[in-house]
Formats: sequence, structure tokens, C-alpha cells
Amino acid sequence: MAKLPSTVKNMVLSLSIISLCMSAALGFVYVATKEPINQAKNKKILDAIQAVVPEFSNNPYEEQYTVESFEGVILYPAKKDGQLVGTAIKTYTNIGYSGFFSIMVGLLPDGSIHNISVLEQKETPGLGSKMSEPGFKDQFKGKNPAAFKMTVRKDGGEVDAITASTITSRAFCDAVQRAYNAYQKGGRQ
Amino acid sequence: MSLKHFTNGLLRENPLFVMVLGCCPALAVTSSATNGLGMGLATTFVLLSSNTLVALLKNLIPDKVRIPCFIVVIATFVTITDMVMQAFTPDLYKALGIFIPLIVVNCVILGRAEAFAQKNRLLPSVLDGIGMGIGFTMALTLLGSIREILGNGSLFDIKFVAADAKTVLLFILAPGAFITFGFLIAITNILKKKFNI
Repeated sequence: MAKLPSTVKNMVLSLSIISLCMSAALGFVYVATKEPINQAKNKKILDAIQAVVPEFSNNPYEEQYTVESFEGVILYPAKKDGQLVGTAIKTYTNIGYSGFFSIMVGLLPDGSIHNISVLEQKETPGLGSKMSEPGFKDQFKGKNPAAFKMTVRKDGGEVDAITASTITSRAFCDAVQRAYNAYQKGGRQ
Repeated sequence: MSLKHFTNGLLRENPLFVMVLGCCPALAVTSSATNGLGMGLATTFVLLSSNTLVALLKNLIPDKVRIPCFIVVIATFVTITDMVMQAFTPDLYKALGIFIPLIVVNCVILGRAEAFAQKNRLLPSVLDGIGMGIGFTMALTLLGSIREILGNGSLFDIKFVAADAKTVLLFILAPGAFITFGFLIAITNILKKKFNI
């Protein structure tokens, strides 16, 4: 078959038909992947919740709530047999070395930290990214921000900063403190 | 004859080390071997699909609108890749970030559609797509492996140095990408000269 000549009619027809077929294909794939994409997103949040609070039996994702004037902070109550065992708090900071990053902080009902998990970060690999390693984040375990000075030692606090990543460490404290403040203000549900 | 179309992309016309196309994703995402491999495979899929479709449709596309038509075809396959990866490999999807949608503007893909698929029959175009894709994937994986070994002391996330060992961080960061890339292009040139390919 010879190549179609470049007349206006041919050009409009061929580009329209190709675009139409391609958008149909896209629509089909969109419908097919919509559910798995949602599940993957939810699973990520649920995995993080599981990592930072004690064992629970409810679905914290469905019971999430927010606190006024703490935009971007989401609280996920974890309950076992209707009894609150901890609250996972998705919190963030804007003062990281590369700006924004977000972490999940798990607080026990008495307000002390159970565990922390890093959700999303783009800090310098090998330096600031060490905040997701136990060497740094485990020092927060069991600490109650009410009695624990949540700043790095350089600023007069009690947190050992990551070597060569004071800015990241400072931002990490900022995020944890934000979670605690939201928890104090919003109370437990 | 057909085999040549396939092996072309591996070394003689390697998209990255010889034609130096698609450098932006190549330098940006290859901070680890896994990322390089994932990016390479995603690109291969798009390359193969767009080459196939362009070769099939070449007579139905008038010359003057060929570029918009190719872009529509490529963008569709990239969006499909994007959604499928988001659904089934969320971690890799997050690591590659913006560079998955940016495959649309990867010169390798439009380049092969324009320079090869629209002038050739189906089978050679398919072989060319696979060959170029594998060439690109190998190049990206090699670049990622070297950077990961030197910069992080690991390969495909398997660490083989002590957790607190000092590694050459520079290689994980942007300058390391350029340095490694430069050396690999030099090595490719030496190999090409030596074996006369």
C-alpha cells in the first residue's frame, strides 16, 4: 500500500483516528489499574502504621482524623478490641536539606514514642538518608516528648544528630515535634 | 540480515554510549543498579511497542503529521507503563519518579521511530526496538552498578561492606554520574576501535 499523501483531509483524519484509538487504549488500562494502584497506596500507609504502633485489630486507615491548624498531619488511631493501643501520625517537615520530607510517628496512649518510620524523603543519599536507619531513629524509642528535649545537641537538646547531617536531624526533630503537638491538641479518639 | 538489526543497538550503535541519546534519565536515575535496570526495562517496553506500532501504521500516517502521530503513540505507551508500574511495582515507581513520564521525550524512542521504524518493515523494526532497548538497559544497569558499588558498597541492594564503612559518596551524587559516564564512553570507544566494529 502506498503512503497516504499529505492532504488536509488525510492529515486530520489520520491524527484524529490515531488519537482516538490511543485514548481508548489508555482508558482501558486506567480502569484496569485503578484498583491495584489504590491498594498499593493504602498498603504503603498500612505497612508504615503497622511498623510504628503495637499490634491492633481495627482498620486505622478508615478511622483517620485530622487536627485543626495542623494541615498535612494525619492521625491514625490503632485499636485492639476497641481499646486504643497507639496512634500513628503522618507528619512532615519543610526544613530538610532538600526541603519537604514526611515520616510516620507512632505514639502510645501516654504520649511516648513507640517507633518511627520514614515515608517519603529525598535527603542526600548516604548522609541525610541515614535517618531511616535504626542507628538514628531508634534513639527516639520510648522517649516522651513532654520530658525529652526534641532538638539536636548543638541546639541544646538531647538528640544525637547524624554525622554531617545536622540539618536533616533538626528537620526530623521538627517533624516529630509537630506530630506530638498535633496529638496533644487533637487528643485521642 | 535480521540479526544485524538486533545486535546494532547492543554495542555498535548503543543508544547511550555511542549515540549519546537519552542522557537525562540515564544520569539522573542510575544511583543504583536496580533503578537503572527498572528504567531500562520501562524504556525497552515503550521502544518496542512504539517501533511495532509505527512500523504497522507507517503508510497510514501522512508525512507532514508524522511527528505528532509518533508522539501520541509514544505518550500512550509511556502512560500505560506509568500506570502499570504504579500499580504493581510501587517502590520502583517512587524511586524513578518523574523520569517515567519523561520517557515520552527520550530521544532514543522518537529517534528510532523516525530513523528506523517508519522506513522499515515490521520484523526489522521489532528487532531494532528490542536490540536498542536491551542496549539501553545494559548501559543503564552498568552505569548504576558501578555507581552503587563505589558509592554505597552494594549491588542490587545487597551490601558487601560493613554498614559503617566509608564509601565514595561522590559516585551516588550527580558528579559521579558524569564521571562514570565519561569513562564508560571512553571504554566503549576503545572497544569499538580495537575490534573494529
